[in-house]
Amino acid sequence: MNIAKLAAASAVSALALGWAQSAQAEDLTLCWASWDPANALVELSKDFEAKSGHSMNFEFVPWPNFADRMLNELNSGGKLCDLMIGDSQWIGGSAENGHYIKLNDFFEQEGIQMSDFIDATVTGYSEWPKNTPNYWALPAFGDVVGWTYRKDWFERPELQAEFKEKHGRDLKAPTTFAELKDIAEFFQNREIDGKTVYGASIYTERGSEGITMGVMDVLYSFGFQYENPDEPYSMDGFVNSAGAVAGLEYYKELYDCCTPPGSSNGYMSEGIDAFKSGQVALQMNFAFTWPGFENDANVGGGKTGYFVNPAGPDGAQFAQLGGQGISVVSYSDKKDAALEYIKWFAQPEVQAKWWEMGGFSCLKAVTLDPSFPASQPYAQTFLDSMAIVKDFWAEPSYATLLQAAQRRFHDYVVAGNGTAQEALDGLVEDWTETFEDDGKL
Amino acid sequence: MTDDTKGRNPAAAPLALGRKVRGLSDRALAWVFIAPTIFLLLAINIFPLIWTVWLSLTNYRANRLNAEVKWVGLRNYERILTDPDIWYSMQATAHFLIWTLVLQVLIGFGLAYLINRKFKGNDLWTTIIVLPMMLSPAVVGNFWTFLYQPQIGLFNYVIAFFTGADPASFSMIGDVNLAPWAIVIVDTWMWTPFVMLICLAGLRSIPDSIYEAAECDRASAWRQFWTITIPMALPFLMLAVLFRGIENFKMFDLVVQLTGGGPGSITELTSINLKREAFEKWRTGFASAYAVILFVTVFGLASIYVKALNKVKER
Repeated sequence: MNIAKLAAASAVSALALGWAQSAQAEDLTLCWASWDPANALVELSKDFEAKSGHSMNFEFVPWPNFADRMLNELNSGGKLCDLMIGDSQWIGGSAENGHYIKLNDFFEQEGIQMSDFIDATVTGYSEWPKNTPNYWALPAFGDVVGWTYRKDWFERPELQAEFKEKHGRDLKAPTTFAELKDIAEFFQNREIDGKTVYGASIYTERGSEGITMGVMDVLYSFGFQYENPDEPYSMDGFVNSAGAVAGLEYYKELYDCCTPPGSSNGYMSEGIDAFKSGQVALQMNFAFTWPGFENDANVGGGKTGYFVNPAGPDGAQFAQLGGQGISVVSYSDKKDAALEYIKWFAQPEVQAKWWEMGGFSCLKAVTLDPSFPASQPYAQTFLDSMAIVKDFWAEPSYATLLQAAQRRFHDYVVAGNGTAQEALDGLVEDWTETFEDDGKL
Repeated sequence: MTDDTKGRNPAAAPLALGRKVRGLSDRALAWVFIAPTIFLLLAINIFPLIWTVWLSLTNYRANRLNAEVKWVGLRNYERILTDPDIWYSMQATAHFLIWTLVLQVLIGFGLAYLINRKFKGNDLWTTIIVLPMMLSPAVVGNFWTFLYQPQIGLFNYVIAFFTGADPASFSMIGDVNLAPWAIVIVDTWMWTPFVMLICLAGLRSIPDSIYEAAECDRASAWRQFWTITIPMALPFLMLAVLFRGIENFKMFDLVVQLTGGGPGSITELTSINLKREAFEKWRTGFASAYAVILFVTVFGLASIYVKALNKVKER
């Protein structure tokens, strides 16, 4: 081939490549909540932009408004979001109402195996109906409710001695809820370094989902079940079982005895503030908050310890699942480019980088890597917690079910109206009515 | 097709239009002018109202576009009117409405009465007093949550200073007994200046000659207040009550920011409850019925009140 021919061929190739790239280059918009992991994803996605030629835009909404804003967007068939990292509970409604595209064929075509991801996240974030191989999302961000504690306070000899004298055991991370309450009471109104501190920060938020996430996190280990395993949607005796009642009473006792004053409407950010400012010894919060504590001037540098949600009175131990999967919005005009993003995101090396940047990867290749438990002080706690997760209803009516729970729990725990039994009996009535409206009962 | 407008004198078109318009009757001309407004009114106000009434008779859910919409008749209305939670919400609204009106009228009128007197710095004080109503309700709600914070809140410290109580011993927005008053206090702080301005307009509209005549008749200041000031300012006061009453019946943003309707449901006003039904639970048909009931209630009460206001003005 002479030089002229080579030049011509090169020019044609360059033109063809340029045309192909310009034809494929899209402006994709990814919608998610506004929080630290989202900022990490912006950084991570620069690699996708460089490799694909697509450009990424992001629409992040603060958590308290996230569901309202994004569900409105989906329900109205909006084209704002090409990719949605939606909450796990949206999966039923989004699948049944056609908001997300089904990903089974795409996964098969691209060789993406769901068995490569943590089982609980596949069930929680991707499947609808649950426990069937129908996938509507790729597990994107694993999350679970766990606890942090002030390791530096726990290690003080004078506090250890006092605690041992009082309770006859060492002051260390609790393994049962009874122990947790003892520790919270021990720290409540205690003077530490000239400052009054309090026992625990727990979820009490009324407006969105806060108190439900907190209460459920405790109730599971006390014997709460959403329904009769042999009779779907039959809830009497399961939602309001004796164990569930005891669990709800425990949550109220913990709220009354051991939270800082003014904790009547706190969720994730209030918990972070309470812990970072040195107000509380224990803090309930989602795992996504943990990287932030390691880097914090007040509680970082080994001052913070992490533990899995403790066990209930009968030894049962579960934790509330958080986290989200990433889906392609069916109303998008750029579905092919959005699928390219998911394909890129599913790669093991991208997932490894995701974990390094503060994203909680759900890929087993990352989490089961021998170096994983030692990679961060909270890595082992995260793994252990993800092994015991349970999730709230993911039914299309999840929002109605959630609002009923919010009202019943807040009414009892914070406002002090009625009894735990009445609250849970009322919840059974509310949920039964919702399922009757849906034609499922 | 040929264009027969070609070659015509451009000035002829307006003339032709003018002749045509001149050919219209006054009535037709009036319709031409008001038709766009009527169309907009129908499209923006009347059609949505009728649509809402229709939706209220169905089980429609806006988040389930593919689901079958069933006619349920008056079932939504029946469920609302027999739902104790909704009545509880109405009760919370009534408490908020009554107390904010009472306090705003009393304090607003008192401030207007003081500001109406000539003194040095009168304008400056008026400006300072009206500052709260210039703020966004969302901002006000947000910063009052900090003022009410038991550990750092200025409000708690002020109360503690006067009572000797521990500031951290009470939570204005976390206590079921205090939270209803917490929202009343903030709304009163924010909107009393509005009532004051309306009352001030009323007080300044009373001619000095009436007071001069009363003084000639040796009427005491107390008697002048009850027989001149109050009766003549009453229509303005009633107007202020009407405005604030309608506004507070649909109060949403301030309370959502302050308490989110909690603790429990103690400050869940009807508008918050309605929003939850419509846009969180997505029970669109049910929420439509709820909205219709609220609309009829406000419209009915406002109509009765306006009639009373007109009677007072005629006196």
